Amino acid sequence: MSDVIVQSGQEVVGVSRITGPIMIVEGAANVSYDEVVEIRDGRGNLRRGRVLEVGEKTCVVQVFAGSTGLSIDGTRVRFLGDTLRIPVAEEMLGRVFDGLGNPLDGGPQPLTDHFADVNGQPINPTARIYPRDYIQTGVSAIDGLNTLLRGQKLPIFSGAGMPHDQLAAQIVRQATLGAPTDAPSAEAEQFAIVFAAMGVKHDVANFFRRSFTDSGALTRVAMFLNLADDPPVERLVTPRAALTLAEYLAYEKGMHVLVVLTDMTNYCEALRQISNIRGEVPSRKGYPGYLYSDLASLYERTGRIRTSEGSITQIPILTMPSDDITHPVPDLTGYITEGQITLGRELDHSGIYPPIAVLPSLSRLMKDGIGQGRTRGDHPRWGAQLYAAYAHMQDVRSLASVIGEEELGEVDQKYLKFGRAFEKEFINQSPTENRTIEQTLSIGWRLLSMLPKDELTRVSLDELKQYYQGEDAKH
Amino acid sequence: MSEQVGVVTWISGPVVRARGSRYVGMLELVEVGEDRLVGEVIGLNGDIITVQVYEETSGMKPGAPVYGTGLPLSVELGPGLLKSIFDGVQRPLPLIEIESGSFIGRGMRLDPLYRKDRWKFNPTAKVGDVVSRSAIIGTVMETETFEHRIMVPADLSGTLTWVAPAGDYTIEDPIAKLKVGNEEKVLTMLQRWPVRRPRPYMTRMRGTTPLITGQRVLDTFFPVSKGGAAGIPGPFGSGKTVTQHSIAKWADAQVIVYIGCGERGNEMTEVLQEFPHLVDPRSGRPLMERTVLIANTSNMPVAAREASIYTGITIAEYYRDMGYHVALMADSTSRWAEALREVSGRLEEMPAEEGYPAYLAGRLAEFYERAGYVETMNDHIGSVTIVGAVSPPGGDFSEPVTQHTKRFIRCFWALDKSLSSARHFPSINWLDSYSEYLDDVADWWQEKVGKDWLKMRNHAMELLSEESRLSQIVKLVGPDALPDEERLVLETSRLLREGFLQQNAMDKVDAFSTIQKQIRMLELILYFHERGLRIVKHGAPISLIHNLPIVDTLIRMKSIVPNEELEKMDDIQKQIDDQMSQLDVEYR
Repeated sequence: MSDVIVQSGQEVVGVSRITGPIMIVEGAANVSYDEVVEIRDGRGNLRRGRVLEVGEKTCVVQVFAGSTGLSIDGTRVRFLGDTLRIPVAEEMLGRVFDGLGNPLDGGPQPLTDHFADVNGQPINPTARIYPRDYIQTGVSAIDGLNTLLRGQKLPIFSGAGMPHDQLAAQIVRQATLGAPTDAPSAEAEQFAIVFAAMGVKHDVANFFRRSFTDSGALTRVAMFLNLADDPPVERLVTPRAALTLAEYLAYEKGMHVLVVLTDMTNYCEALRQISNIRGEVPSRKGYPGYLYSDLASLYERTGRIRTSEGSITQIPILTMPSDDITHPVPDLTGYITEGQITLGRELDHSGIYPPIAVLPSLSRLMKDGIGQGRTRGDHPRWGAQLYAAYAHMQDVRSLASVIGEEELGEVDQKYLKFGRAFEKEFINQSPTENRTIEQTLSIGWRLLSMLPKDELTRVSLDELKQYYQGEDAKH
Repeated sequence: MSEQVGVVTWISGPVVRARGSRYVGMLELVEVGEDRLVGEVIGLNGDIITVQVYEETSGMKPGAPVYGTGLPLSVELGPGLLKSIFDGVQRPLPLIEIESGSFIGRGMRLDPLYRKDRWKFNPTAKVGDVVSRSAIIGTVMETETFEHRIMVPADLSGTLTWVAPAGDYTIEDPIAKLKVGNEEKVLTMLQRWPVRRPRPYMTRMRGTTPLITGQRVLDTFFPVSKGGAAGIPGPFGSGKTVTQHSIAKWADAQVIVYIGCGERGNEMTEVLQEFPHLVDPRSGRPLMERTVLIANTSNMPVAAREASIYTGITIAEYYRDMGYHVALMADSTSRWAEALREVSGRLEEMPAEEGYPAYLAGRLAEFYERAGYVETMNDHIGSVTIVGAVSPPGGDFSEPVTQHTKRFIRCFWALDKSLSSARHFPSINWLDSYSEYLDDVADWWQEKVGKDWLKMRNHAMELLSEESRLSQIVKLVGPDALPDEERLVLETSRLLREGFLQQNAMDKVDAFSTIQKQIRMLELILYFHERGLRIVKHGAPISLIHNLPIVDTLIRMKSIVPNEELEKMDDIQKQIDDQMSQLDVEYR
């Protein structure tokens, strides 16, 4: 893209210090904050950077590709006079780009005169449409208990070695607009997927590409890849480039865009690295104090606005270091996103796929997308009842591990059976199984019917009459 | 109105340094660059001026001009505040949308209050009246039912030399002239007040009236008095925002100021789209008509997030001064504290705990102390109640913001992740929460419901803490090992938890409980316990009591019995009597 931006601006020799990917440049005048720079090393090779801090005579520049090979005297810096912009176009779907938005697939630069600032601008809350349309993912634990809505940001909290990639791929493959009135075929045309990889392995990127190919969606996917062996600093731009394209597709082209960002933990580590080199005061675990604001500037680029038909739905994936949900990355993410799908190690060990730990999972917007006229009238209370029963079962299970199953009361034994069935039949499903919401609801009722009727206090009496099939169904 | 006072020399995010005049004041409002981005002076060192800018500074260059205004950061006060939504520095978001589209542009200068609306002014003072600060000189109907009282500015007093006759005026039209010393000042309905300076009042009084929220766990168990301060700390997903929304909807305050400080955009949109359609149970008018929204979402500039709290509290104090009861929700104060930390970090100040500046506690105290039940300068009674959400990292209450907040509030509503995981909402942990207002409001309850609320409440709390102790034993040996009397405690506590403390914000009947319903529900559950205890002492097995149909009724009564049909409670009491008496007879 460098040949597209007007090459105005000054070229200076004046690097006075290089530490990691940070470079101090002296003697440049008229530099603006957040401006993009082009750096020419001793051999004439070009790389790009960005102004992080600017004073009257000196400025601090962050080099995206890292500083390997840069020298104090042999480096020339050209200030390009503008913030970082990437070209955006509909034809970018079906293409693969690097973390800065340059083509990686051997194809040409996208032909467009539309360049958008990667930082975006905050959406005015008065311009938003509150999300209400649910997306049927075909995964019971999500559709039934943590319903995803169009315009929602719902991350997957995972850990190393768990099948978060498979789950994300399954969601992308199966997602359809749940509202029964809309014809799915018309929807399919406006559907797009933007995929951003930050510091993930080649295998993971390939897995997603294969999965998109298998489902025939590849022509609807734009991939931005900053892989594990790519420069970490570039990672700070990758999700922004991806979201900039997503915003263009959603808000200017009216498409429904699903954005998958993986892995946010790597992104945050890159941010920490830069912060550290700049000598900033750290807050928790060495992460900078502005980690929350920085993450928000990504996650909040989700939603629907009144002036467009389109929407952006985000599924960020993050691996929790040593499965610790209180680690700053999942913690701050959870404070910004509208819920989280948490994967559980124990379920994974017992061979359950997807290993969604339902108790720590949550969809904040679910309440507004389910129920009468959306999914089914009993859905909200049905969900609350399943949650409550499963939560109680956990207590029973820990009690059973102390006193033994035989010592449990009759009702508690039923709970234990319910819990096992819930994990095996409700949560567990095949990676290719696409359940309708009716199927999910009826599995849930079948499981609830394993419990005595008067234990089910969260559902209404009418609902019990209609759906309860247990042995004491009569009275 | 502004002249150049300096030139920019250094830029790092929202913090900008400039060299210039030594006459620029601390906390003065300045405009930076050709775009005239709004900022506030936060440091002076010789001729170096440090400014925090309330907008994104990308593209700004050293050498850009800095203009002074000679004024501190202020808010506009007057009719038209209600129903509005502002950003952190009181720019009206709907007008920004008209000007710059769906995304918030930079350098937007818009009047917070709409200038062209005409309001029907009704003078209540006359020429020759000697009026003191904040004296009421007229009224305006701001909505169909809300009387906005026009006051003399809170820093002026004198003799009225002219008062406009009743009629329609804009907020900039003169409505009175005031002789202050030898000077004559023209008064309009529009006033300004610096946000960082608390508005004056006559005396602070002891608040003895609870803020009724319709939420049983709050009103009955952990009440906050009008003019008090409460904190809601909780990890993510524990229901802070839902609780704040419930209070904003149902609290019996006349004005609600809701500050979305560094939180989600969709949440503010939800309030914006929902409140105009919800009806205030007291006035019968849409809830939006008593609400002022301040939205500085997490992706909006961080310095304006810092200002949003002050913008909100100043508006709250303004309505308090008219003699109204105002409730202010701040969601979340942790994001505000983080904004302080971020700016402090850019200033390279020495950090105290976890990177927060050492003045964090001081700032929190200044904020919470602006709550109060007061006699206003114009002899009315008004109050500002603050409900601040706290978002402790990792749900760890020992972190600095939660700890310092606890020093300045008297009511602590601790949210609990394990309760919310089990979908027990509102997930306020009854053992970790406390209220220091119990004794203050006990007389009010006695007067309103004619029953000894505090005694019942304390009895219920005893049962719940007994339950917590017993459940430790149950976890080790199972419930069968307990004597039946103690198992009855478990049974009653379950009724308290599921039938009373749990409240469904989505259920029409259950979302809001009057105090009459609350006290009656509590009474019935305790009555059940009392009758049950008698029977158990006679040797009836607990399983019989557990299987009584009344148990299910008591859990469901919250959604079966509407607030208006409390006589149905008598029927439930009769069922307790009937079913218990039967057992009584069998085991006597």
